[in-house]
Amino acid sequence: MDSFQDTVFKLKRYWAERGTIIQEPYDVEVGAGTMCPETFLRVLGPKPYRVAYVQPSRRPADGRYGDNPNRLYKHQQLQVILKPSPEDVMDQYLSSLEAVGIDLAKHDIKFEEDNWESPTLGAWGIGWQVMLDGLEITQFTYFQQCGGVDLELVPAELTYGLERLSAFLQGVESVYDIDWAPGVKYSEVRLAEEVQFSVYSFEKADVERLWRLFGEHEAEGRRLIASYDKCADKRRFPVLPAYEQVLKCSHLFNLLDSRGAISVTERVGVIKRVRDLAVGTARIWLDQDGARQEAG
Amino acid sequence: MSLDFLLEIGSEEIPSWMIPGALEQLRRMDLFGAAPKVDATPRRLVVEASGLPQRTPDQEQVVKGPPVSAGEEAAAGFARKQQASVADLQRAGGYYELHKRIPGRPVREILGERLPGAILGIQWPKTMYWTTKDGPRFIRPIRWIVALLGDEVIPFEIAGIKSGNVTRGHRRLGSSSIPVTIANYENELRKNFVIVSANERRQRIEKDAAALQAKLDPDLLETLTYITEYPTAIRGDFDPTYLDLPAEVLTTVMHRHQKYFSVETAPHTLAPHFISVMNTNGDPEGLVRQGNERVLRARFNDARFFWNFDQKKKLADRVQDLAHVTFQAKLGSYLEKTNRIVALVTELGGNEHAQRAALLSKCDLTTEMVKEFTDLQGIVGGLYAEAQDEPEPVWRAIYEHYKPVSMEDSIPSTREGQIVALADKLDTLRGCFGIGLVPTSSKDPFALRRSAQGVVRILVEARLDYRLCDLASGDLSEFLTERVEYYFREVRGFKYDEVNAVLASGCGTLADVEARLTALAQVRPTENFEPLAASFKRIQNILKQADFHGAGAVDPALLEEGPESDLYHDYQRVRAAAQGASYRSALESIASLRPRVDKFFDKVLVNAPDPKIRANRLTLLNNLLTEFSTIADFSEIVPSGDQK
Repeated sequence: MDSFQDTVFKLKRYWAERGTIIQEPYDVEVGAGTMCPETFLRVLGPKPYRVAYVQPSRRPADGRYGDNPNRLYKHQQLQVILKPSPEDVMDQYLSSLEAVGIDLAKHDIKFEEDNWESPTLGAWGIGWQVMLDGLEITQFTYFQQCGGVDLELVPAELTYGLERLSAFLQGVESVYDIDWAPGVKYSEVRLAEEVQFSVYSFEKADVERLWRLFGEHEAEGRRLIASYDKCADKRRFPVLPAYEQVLKCSHLFNLLDSRGAISVTERVGVIKRVRDLAVGTARIWLDQDGARQEAG
Repeated sequence: MSLDFLLEIGSEEIPSWMIPGALEQLRRMDLFGAAPKVDATPRRLVVEASGLPQRTPDQEQVVKGPPVSAGEEAAAGFARKQQASVADLQRAGGYYELHKRIPGRPVREILGERLPGAILGIQWPKTMYWTTKDGPRFIRPIRWIVALLGDEVIPFEIAGIKSGNVTRGHRRLGSSSIPVTIANYENELRKNFVIVSANERRQRIEKDAAALQAKLDPDLLETLTYITEYPTAIRGDFDPTYLDLPAEVLTTVMHRHQKYFSVETAPHTLAPHFISVMNTNGDPEGLVRQGNERVLRARFNDARFFWNFDQKKKLADRVQDLAHVTFQAKLGSYLEKTNRIVALVTELGGNEHAQRAALLSKCDLTTEMVKEFTDLQGIVGGLYAEAQDEPEPVWRAIYEHYKPVSMEDSIPSTREGQIVALADKLDTLRGCFGIGLVPTSSKDPFALRRSAQGVVRILVEARLDYRLCDLASGDLSEFLTERVEYYFREVRGFKYDEVNAVLASGCGTLADVEARLTALAQVRPTENFEPLAASFKRIQNILKQADFHGAGAVDPALLEEGPESDLYHDYQRVRAAAQGASYRSALESIASLRPRVDKFFDKVLVNAPDPKIRANRLTLLNNLLTEFSTIADFSEIVPSGDQK
């Protein structure tokens, strides 16, 4: 029986053999692998790109103090971006399931409509949730727009929920019972983190300070974005650091949300503030990309 | 020789609910008079037809040229322009003309030009592009196309995909490259685990599921028909201890979230089993069953967790939390809505149970259970209220206050529930209309039409004693009146002119409208009724032409003996008889006036030279019309022969 890490190795190997580069997780808090620059920015523009990486993804509101067998503050996604999407992308995806040891002839696979949308990133796509014997194991999306920009080449995004997939493969009821490595349970590796971050997100996080931090990161992002047009050498402009401010704001937004600090009326306004930053960085990324190409 | 036609648009999995709409459009495809037969699986839209011509017929076109008098040079110029020679020209009526023969074209060629437009022209609720942003749009990427006319491929290309004669089988069980002919198409696919016929798949699911004692849910059956290419049902079990959870919750998890049929031992008594419909041919090792059982167990555990968690805070203690749940940006929070509903329930004379139910009606929006299972709003509130020892009239009213959720659904069963449901819907309607959120034919995001229909049905079916005109005004009143018309016409089957006639005669309770309509429909086929209605129309026209607005009493002294005074006396008799009589006998008495009215128009000149007599006659007619139009405005009745 494969451990959690074996499954991760196999998936990475599988996609590496199909020409994706294997990236490492991004080192800023994100709610989903989609938010990493490797996805959010790379899908923009005309350049083909193929990448896969595991991304620990934080969803403060989903924290359950380690009590719920399926819901986590932080779960691990394997994110694959294939830009442009190959004609046989679905077959490639199905073969990846075979590669981790699922004999498809013995299971039931369905592709059920599930479109994806992220208002904070000005992004949406069309796709499915992939159901394996009634369990959602992957989100499959053809991106249409990112940062408010229609994409030139449509990428396919595959997001595997690694805990679910692994629990399925190992036949366990709770993610905490997954063998992370031989002889080491998921709970040994992560339970303390789940408990403590649930406590922090729901009880301890200082709302006032979080709002202040949100404002600071937003201001830094805005300042950078506003300076782009006057920047003499566009190629040196720090758009990636500017984008990190978007991620900081997004995570703070999620934290504030889990503290119940964002009223519904405020919500739309705060989302728009983050989206404005995301749209600003997407625009700069594209422009810079053009500048880079012109410079040869 | 006539030819058969086959088009298969091979796509990635199309959302099941969109497929019937797409097929409806494909059924209207222009195939040179041949009738398209359509079908679909999630991965293919199929059009078949037979009896297409090989070529379109040749046609002759006549091109008018210059007058013969213009001379031969003009004729030569005309011929040159038409790429013909002067010898080809004919003369007719002093003009040159050219009879051009336009040869017919191969249908295969024409279809090759037309099909890309026909395919990409299908209207979908949402489309995508999958190549580049200037590329074609469709519901999901098109991956292959089979297009055959007789034995030949109809050549065309969409998004780099060339049409051909090669289809694909089931994703896992079939071949991904199957050459087909029109004759063997369905059979080849069957061998590759694709049942093209949706009807056959539906029957297969029904039969399998029924054999496993599934409770067939028609919507779910339709969904499963269109998310499978080769459906096979299996039965799984769950721990009977989960049956402690409310059946509503278990059923929602099974139907909505997992697309399983539930199993019942008796009506409304769940058995600890479920039926899953796979998209494959079997589950010999039981792996699919085990997998589904595990998923369901996790879902049920969640539900149990939510239930226990939610009980820690009673509904009554959640009212203030509604301040944080927005109803609509301009209409404020659910707390504000709750306060409005409570006030309206009180205004409508709701008792203390109804007021309590109104106060608690929206509290379940703050529970984990409803956050997870939004379809269960109201129901969860009712169940929690019951568990928290609210009196039955209160919890039942909460449970049912979203009813009726569809035309088929019943209205709330108790008076308390009816009043809370009415108040909730009216508040939504008044609020939305107040800020200009008026539904259009294509957009109705707040489902106001459904709310309005609910209001109408509750008022009629619960025989509530409120008049529509007291509940709404302005645009909303018109909107509700449209729903009233729709309800009595389409749901209750009254004729449109009967509905118009009754509604035109003034504002009453809807139960009263129903009673008048019923009487009208009963009296209508009697011999005197329609002719009398026609006479009433005539009276209305006469009064209008005379610009008569006078009221007051008829002066009997001015009446002429004979038809005029006869009519007057009968009018008085009928008026007395109609007082306090049932609508039906009142209408019957009114209809009995017909011979008198006919005689009057036959013998009496309304426009008498003496103005006093004339005014008296108009008064008589006016009284007749107004007195007898309180049940229905007869002038709205369209004689049966003229019905639309």
